[in-house]
Amino acid sequence: MRLRLALALLLCAAAAPAAAQDRLPSAPYAYQQLQDPAKEAQAKALMETLRCLVCQGQSIADSDAPLAGDMRHEVRSKLAAGESPDAIREWLVARYGNWVSYDPPFDGATALLWLGPLAFLAIGGWLAFGRLRGAKDEEEGGAT
Amino acid sequence: MIAELGLALLWIAAALACLSLIAGALFLRAGPKDLASLVRPASVAQGVLTAVAFALLIALFVRSDMSVELVARNSNSLKPMIFKVAGAWGNHEGSMLLWLTILGLSGALVALFEKRLREDTLIATLTAQAALSLGFFAFLLFSSNPFNRLPVAPPDGQGLNPLLQDIGLAFHPPTLYVGYVGLSVAFSFAVGALVTREIGPAFARAMRPWVLGSWIFLTLGITAGSYWAYYELGWGGWWFWDPVENVSLIPWLAGAALLHSVAVTATRNALRAWTVMLAVIGFSMSMVGTFIVRSGLLTSVHSFAVDPERGTFLLVLMALYIGGALTLFAIRAGTVAEGKKFALVSREGSLVINNLLLTTILALVLLGTLYPIVAEAMGEKISVGPPYYNRVAGPLALILCLVMVAGPLLAWRKDDGRKLWSRLPPAIFAGAAVLFALVLFGGKIGILPLLGMSVAGVVAVASLAPLWNRNLRRTPLPTWGMVLAHFGVAVALAGMAAESAFIKERLVAAAPGETVRVADFAVRFDGVRPVAGPNYTALEGSLTATTPGGASFVLKPESRMFPGLMGTAPTETNEAALLTRPGGQLYAVLGQPVPGTNGTPDRYQLRLWWKPLVWWIWLGGGLIALGAALALIGRAQLLAIWRVRRARKAEERFAP
Repeated sequence: MRLRLALALLLCAAAAPAAAQDRLPSAPYAYQQLQDPAKEAQAKALMETLRCLVCQGQSIADSDAPLAGDMRHEVRSKLAAGESPDAIREWLVARYGNWVSYDPPFDGATALLWLGPLAFLAIGGWLAFGRLRGAKDEEEGGAT
Repeated sequence: MIAELGLALLWIAAALACLSLIAGALFLRAGPKDLASLVRPASVAQGVLTAVAFALLIALFVRSDMSVELVARNSNSLKPMIFKVAGAWGNHEGSMLLWLTILGLSGALVALFEKRLREDTLIATLTAQAALSLGFFAFLLFSSNPFNRLPVAPPDGQGLNPLLQDIGLAFHPPTLYVGYVGLSVAFSFAVGALVTREIGPAFARAMRPWVLGSWIFLTLGITAGSYWAYYELGWGGWWFWDPVENVSLIPWLAGAALLHSVAVTATRNALRAWTVMLAVIGFSMSMVGTFIVRSGLLTSVHSFAVDPERGTFLLVLMALYIGGALTLFAIRAGTVAEGKKFALVSREGSLVINNLLLTTILALVLLGTLYPIVAEAMGEKISVGPPYYNRVAGPLALILCLVMVAGPLLAWRKDDGRKLWSRLPPAIFAGAAVLFALVLFGGKIGILPLLGMSVAGVVAVASLAPLWNRNLRRTPLPTWGMVLAHFGVAVALAGMAAESAFIKERLVAAAPGETVRVADFAVRFDGVRPVAGPNYTALEGSLTATTPGGASFVLKPESRMFPGLMGTAPTETNEAALLTRPGGQLYAVLGQPVPGTNGTPDRYQLRLWWKPLVWWIWLGGGLIALGAALALIGRAQLLAIWRVRRARKAEERFAP
């Protein structure tokens, strides 16, 4: 009887870590929101700008991949611990590189990305309105 | 036998394309006149034969002929019939054949029905279309033969990617392809008109229905693709700024710019060189998109085959066509006069600003899509995603919407702005009312959604302004189309902004019987039961959502498991359950089971969203397409043709 009990206990002890791993996901915040709605909103906004590294062009906010779940957990628990969203992003970028952030930083490598559209608009506008002004002159010239 | 016949038809069609090309080119170089009479029938026959070859490929999928490599790799005899049929284009080779079929059929339609163009311009257009077809025939026959047989037929096929096993697949790719490839006709018209130097209102009017038609399909394809991603991916996102989405958006933007500039050329004979340029850009962007998606530069559900050889082939084709068209443009641009002049404050002026903004957005989407690829080649790994596009394209799009308010209220050539000012106050009032209401009662809203909803208010009222003080019965169809499409932009914009501003999310692990609150709904989780589909097993959750008014609705989200067939990995997908209400949609997803203390699952992950006005996004897309369709019917003068025919028939009937 005693032996049996001991055996059962032993089995339990051996099974416990495995069961715990199954039962309590290692990342409780992967599928659980923060209590504080303001912090949850911050978390959501941040997660939507972080790439799920193993997915096909999805953010961690909308992926079922385990890694995305782990990253959601990281983000939410760090926010809950009082870190700012920017600090968390920096931490993730330091760890995974700029690849992880959908919000590219402004630096030498991305200057063209950020300034390109502005330059395009400026040059296009200059060409178009230059033409329009030319048109006006011509019209006035034609009237005289 | 079917496969061999299909392949033979493809070779004959390719030979016919070759014939059109040579005959057309000789005719245009002042060869014998009767060569021109070959081009039309050859174009029609080429289109028909390619379409028959495509039908034969579908027949192979329907019969589950596993001796054909393509069928064995992409189909399975157990698949529901609709997905067997759709599977024909749910892969690289089949989709390229679909591409060619549409290319051939649009050439055939031009050959049959285009009567407004000068004969030599039409022949030049068909010749250009044949040149396009020939390149893609070479691509299909030499590097992606869809009719390849296997030496030994496997007992059954590997099935189709479960994500693609959805009714959306039956419609999304063909719709988008019709749009992409429809732009090829505009491209060919532009090349044809450059060759014969016939660039003017007649050319613009001939091209216009094609631009409108393909743009309708692009709009529908993008709208449907967005809705598909929304309910199939299980997280409720409707636009991800994913590269694959971007490459479908880029031709759409080019088409939108083109159909506005072609209006200027058709009505006022102005902006001629620019319209030709845009027509070249439109189809070029379609090809760039196909290249990016199909070459394996990106990995996604859309890149069926990662094969550098095919990528190189497409790259060469693309360089040939785009480079050739641009060279021709550069040679002839000097001889193409810009056309009639106009003042800045005029319909033309506003359309120039519209084109400037649309092409800037096009350029930035292209830049954002290509930048990470180029950066990676240079050793820098970066991601460009929603924050970039929202911040850069968002403000431009809002300014574009405001220009859209002014444009239709301005007269052609020159305007003193009086009509604009007299009709603007109600629109501004509507926008201000929305803005104040949101600031006072809306809570904390981001600046972009806030401005988005206000601009939507302005546009919604102003888009109707062209109809004021007008006899509605005698208002031409294209005007109705414009009003409807612009109103649709306001509806879609309001939906996008409201969804991102007021979305409510609940993620919980719930036990059966538990009630979860999300927004105004009380959602009771009734439990789960296993269900079996035709080629999957699933867990079906049952949720009862109760509104504050007491009405209750049952939602049944599913978590599906597709077994791996013939050595492929098993796949899980989520089928979201949607409850559409006047104010928005309730979106429910059944996630993973959560084991309880005794190890058996007693709770389930539930993801619930209340998405206010979300369905307005697709309603708006539909309205835009409908508006364009009205304009198309008006412009193609189908009604007029039909009336003339009816009158003629009536006359014949009463003739003695």
